[in-house]
Amino acid sequence: MPLHLPLAELEVGKHLYWQIGNLNIHGQVFLSSWIVIGALLAVVVVGTRKMERDPRGVQNLLEFLWDYLRDLARDQIGEKVYRDWLPFIGTLFLFIFVSNWGGALIPWRIVHLPSGELGAPTADINTTVAMALLVSLAFFYAGLSNKGLRFFEYYVEPTPIMLPFKIIEEFTKPLSLSFRLFGNILADELAVAVLASLVPILVPLPVMLLGLFTSAIQALIFATLAAFYIGEAVHEEAH
Amino acid sequence: MHSWLLLAEAAAPKGGLFDLDATLPLMAVQVVLLTFILNALFFRPVGKAVEDREGFISTSRAQAKEKLAQAERLEAELKAQLLDARKQSLAVIQEAEEEVDRLFREALALAQSEANAVREKARVQVDAQKAEAFAGIDAQAEKLGSLIVDRLLAA
Repeated sequence: MPLHLPLAELEVGKHLYWQIGNLNIHGQVFLSSWIVIGALLAVVVVGTRKMERDPRGVQNLLEFLWDYLRDLARDQIGEKVYRDWLPFIGTLFLFIFVSNWGGALIPWRIVHLPSGELGAPTADINTTVAMALLVSLAFFYAGLSNKGLRFFEYYVEPTPIMLPFKIIEEFTKPLSLSFRLFGNILADELAVAVLASLVPILVPLPVMLLGLFTSAIQALIFATLAAFYIGEAVHEEAH
Repeated sequence: MHSWLLLAEAAAPKGGLFDLDATLPLMAVQVVLLTFILNALFFRPVGKAVEDREGFISTSRAQAKEKLAQAERLEAELKAQLLDARKQSLAVIQEAEEEVDRLFREALALAQSEANAVREKARVQVDAQKAEAFAGIDAQAEKLGSLIVDRLLAA
């Protein structure tokens, strides 16, 4: 459903399909995600190549990020098990953050695909649902591996009346996680694209800045909520 | 665009905003892989560096505190020693002063008694000579008297 505007064409919901066997995948999502992952790994490799006790250069940035993510994970998950989940939470944050900012900052339009267009990988519902489902899996895995079958007490605490709500919550959690991220990023891309197609100069800038802000916030929200859910699963009630 | 992008392109599905397909599980696998890669390349080494530094700082702090305590203890000890030494030196000085005073008094007393003795001896001598002289004068006066009496009587 292309949106026709006088100056430019917006492509929404058009994908570059690759076929593997009889499965379809969205090529543009993987292309841009590989660029994002490549950039991320490049920074990480450069920053950790020569670790010193007195950090210099990129190591500073990495240590700042590590510290930030550790605080995030520790606050939400708790002192006891946050170490097990720090890589997962941190990867979610970094991947979403770099995806969002990459989508906003890299001039994707200079690359023309036969169909669809490159953009933030997080603007595709598949990516966000995939990550939200991973968070749900992590929730159950964390709960079961930490508390065994006692994990299911979570559903009847503080009272058994909560049982249906908690079960519904298991479905709404990934739904809200994925749609919040997907909707925010897609809406931001669309708002910028529409404004840019109407007034190409200066006017889209405030929206772009707002987009950068939203992008960062969304990464933080996703990672914080993921950590919070995992924290709920491993939380020990004080009896 | 390059041909390899088109390579696998088949009769394109309809698409749409909410087009869920095999992208989802593949992306999930990709994110899990990225988690493991970042864990090995980023979280573990950086965490190790940061925690090593935190450990280094806390042990350095503990060591510094220990050294400070030791220095303070030594300072107190030395101060006590210094005070002791001062007291001792004061005592020594006082003792020496007293000794000097005593010696001075002794010497003075000795000198005075000696002087007294000498004076006494001199006085005794003078007295003796005076008595002797008086005795001599008495005898001469006697002789003169008798001479005068003789002369007068003889005249």
